[in-house]
Amino acid sequence: MHGSSKTAHGPRDQRASVATLSQMAIAVAPDRTSVLPGRITNATLASFVRSVPSVDEVGVEERVASLATRSIKKDSKMDALLLAVRMMDLTTLEGKDTPGKIAQLSAKAVRPDPVDPTVPSVAAICVYPAMVPYAKQSVEGSGVKVAAVATYFPSGQLDTKAKLAETASVVAMGADEIDMVIDRGAFLSGEYFRVFDEVRRVKEICDGKAHLKVILETGELGTLDEVRRASMLAMAAGADFIKTSTGKVQPAATIPVTLVMLEAIRDFENATGVQIGMKPAGGIRTSKDAIRYLVVLSETLGPRWMTPDWFRFGASSLLNDVLMQIRWLKTGRYQAGDYFTKD
Amino acid sequence: MAKNLPAPKSLDWAYAPSRESTDIVKLEGRYGLFIDGKFRAPLSRKYFQTVNPATEEPLAQVASANAADVNRAVKAARAAFDNGWGDLSGVERAKFLFRIARMIQERSREMAVLETLDGGKPIRESRDVDLPLVAAHFFYYAGWADKLEYAFPGLKPEPLGVAGQVIPWNFPLMMLAWKIAPALAAGNTVVLKPAETTPLSALLFAQLASEAGLPPGVINIITGAGETGAALVEHPDVDKVAFTGSTAVGKRIATSLAGTDKRLTLELGGKAAHVIFDDAPIDQAIEGVINGIFFNQGHVCCAGSRLFVQETIHDRFVEKLKRRLNTLRVGDPLDKNTDVGAINSAEQLARISELVEAGQEEGAEMYQPACELPGNGFWFRPTLFTGVSQSHRIAQEEIFGPVLSIMSFRTPDEAVEKANNTPYGLSAGVWTQKGSRILWMADRLQAGVVWANTYNKFDPASPFGGYKESGFGREGGRHGLLAYLKGVDE
Repeated sequence: MHGSSKTAHGPRDQRASVATLSQMAIAVAPDRTSVLPGRITNATLASFVRSVPSVDEVGVEERVASLATRSIKKDSKMDALLLAVRMMDLTTLEGKDTPGKIAQLSAKAVRPDPVDPTVPSVAAICVYPAMVPYAKQSVEGSGVKVAAVATYFPSGQLDTKAKLAETASVVAMGADEIDMVIDRGAFLSGEYFRVFDEVRRVKEICDGKAHLKVILETGELGTLDEVRRASMLAMAAGADFIKTSTGKVQPAATIPVTLVMLEAIRDFENATGVQIGMKPAGGIRTSKDAIRYLVVLSETLGPRWMTPDWFRFGASSLLNDVLMQIRWLKTGRYQAGDYFTKD
Repeated sequence: MAKNLPAPKSLDWAYAPSRESTDIVKLEGRYGLFIDGKFRAPLSRKYFQTVNPATEEPLAQVASANAADVNRAVKAARAAFDNGWGDLSGVERAKFLFRIARMIQERSREMAVLETLDGGKPIRESRDVDLPLVAAHFFYYAGWADKLEYAFPGLKPEPLGVAGQVIPWNFPLMMLAWKIAPALAAGNTVVLKPAETTPLSALLFAQLASEAGLPPGVINIITGAGETGAALVEHPDVDKVAFTGSTAVGKRIATSLAGTDKRLTLELGGKAAHVIFDDAPIDQAIEGVINGIFFNQGHVCCAGSRLFVQETIHDRFVEKLKRRLNTLRVGDPLDKNTDVGAINSAEQLARISELVEAGQEEGAEMYQPACELPGNGFWFRPTLFTGVSQSHRIAQEEIFGPVLSIMSFRTPDEAVEKANNTPYGLSAGVWTQKGSRILWMADRLQAGVVWANTYNKFDPASPFGGYKESGFGREGGRHGLLAYLKGVDE
């Protein structure tokens, strides 16, 4: 039913106009399509993508460097570390993953620090589709969500039909969250309609059942301009969250990339009234890193985003460093790494 | 399965205070004048108090130099010039400058804390901007000291003699570096007067120069108010006067020097235009504008105090600016997370308040964030004015505070015309993704510095100075040497 130039978003103005920047600033409709052209074609989407404000890389680096000097101490540090735990999507995405591995990871996710029950559970565990049933079973009743990667993660190089089938099966297995990848090849060759349409159709499958995170794989996009454009396209198409990376490509998440995506989220909410979440993933390994991300989040989007509902860290090795710092803040002593479980 | 305690939903995150310790600064109760290598009691027998503008607490008593003190300092500088410094080889002068630069780096935390205590600027700025630039300036000119013949090939550069230098309170140490480093590199000796509200870092620098083994009399630091400065620039044995400060005082100095053979350079006020085209990288331009006007509480001669936004994006840009204004952290300058510190003095606060009242009376619309201000000390909220006309005082006069006047334009020609429609011409900023337009604008803007897609960038290798009533002469770069040498008229 899709794939033509018609949109499924209801009757619209038939002019092939694009939403200009100034329109975006004044339009506040509770509908994300309000930023989109009347008729959605590759040509009108190309104009939409080009209307996204450009990004000055030097300026972004400078802002990030300035925010990196924020000095987070005492209570504010403890608050940040506990929040970082609650925001974590504890991840294992390996060919060698097994039900046993998933069970161990789930136990860690539910109770990160066995000797300190005040440390909260993480937000979710993030796994490959085949592991979803085991993950569901292991975290049942704990409040920890199961996120599954989909759409031929990590490359996305498969025909749309097969990707949709994969998504449908993962949703049917009960995944709470779907982390899909965009087709970067299509995006970089200007096939915006294909990218848009895939996100939109995956969203249709998820709708009401699973939360959709859209991975841009920013390490392959080349410039911050393209990061911002891809962010807007993904949000307009239906992303609940936008996510930096698969973790399989270097560089993965960086703070400058995250800042640009947060700024796109801010513009998108201004234009549509729709709040979108953010997930940097890959390469975030230390508490210090995590706190820097939270500073950028807090000073760019403010307190409404300071919750796991709207921000996640995709990470596999960050958790233990955060636990170590929490222990240090509580006791004044660093514990050796062997006091924290390796799962 | 074990369950954890329920955690709170969303976090209202407030940064805990993170105050830089002041223990590293050892203040003396009373400071004399640094003349001929020693701190000496003033012949005037008079002292004045310098206070912390963030708390109004007194910091120290500082000597007030009269004409006799100035004469003593100039004599010491002359003697040092005649008895060795003027003939010292460039290599030897460079050694002193390199040593001073390294010592500044070693003691930068101490100097940054003192700069913040005495001046009110956020420690983040004195630590990350002022002090690194101060050291960089000394390193840079140390490098020139033995290469003057190469800076001016075929000419015979020679020092002028004694330089009398008067500097302002907004960047006390940085302005000292801009004055002293090129003067010494070129072989001159100096008498420098820091501003009366911020004398302490210059006095600490005098100690440091003395520890560096600099011969007595090469650097003399005299403190005092306007009369002290006047006595210095008018002293007959001063060969060169360098002044950074207000245009009004600059004009008085130029008048008093007319008819003498003293050399003069002036770096005066500004009312810089910051021009935003609609193709600019908007969010970075917002940061540029914020940095342009709120850096150092707007106490910056090159502050981007007039914002011209292309009409097509005006409203959206202003909305974004207002939102950003609310995230500025105003307060204790010693807190490492403070973005905007204290106004330098009660006098300056009164001037800012007066001009802001004038802006409201003339019909411009004011916006200020609802941030809490400390009870003691001198404070002013970051302020925006929209609906400003070229004829308003807030668009014409230098406010030298955290106050931005926003106007709009439609075409590049109009932007240039409005930007240049001021007696000042120190700096300007242009934001556009179109390279050719940057060059087109830079050709037409009457400003000593034009920043493109950034603002307030300083580097010792880059000359800085004004057009029109923003002064003449350049500081920084090879150009900066010209002001302290003879035989180099190109």
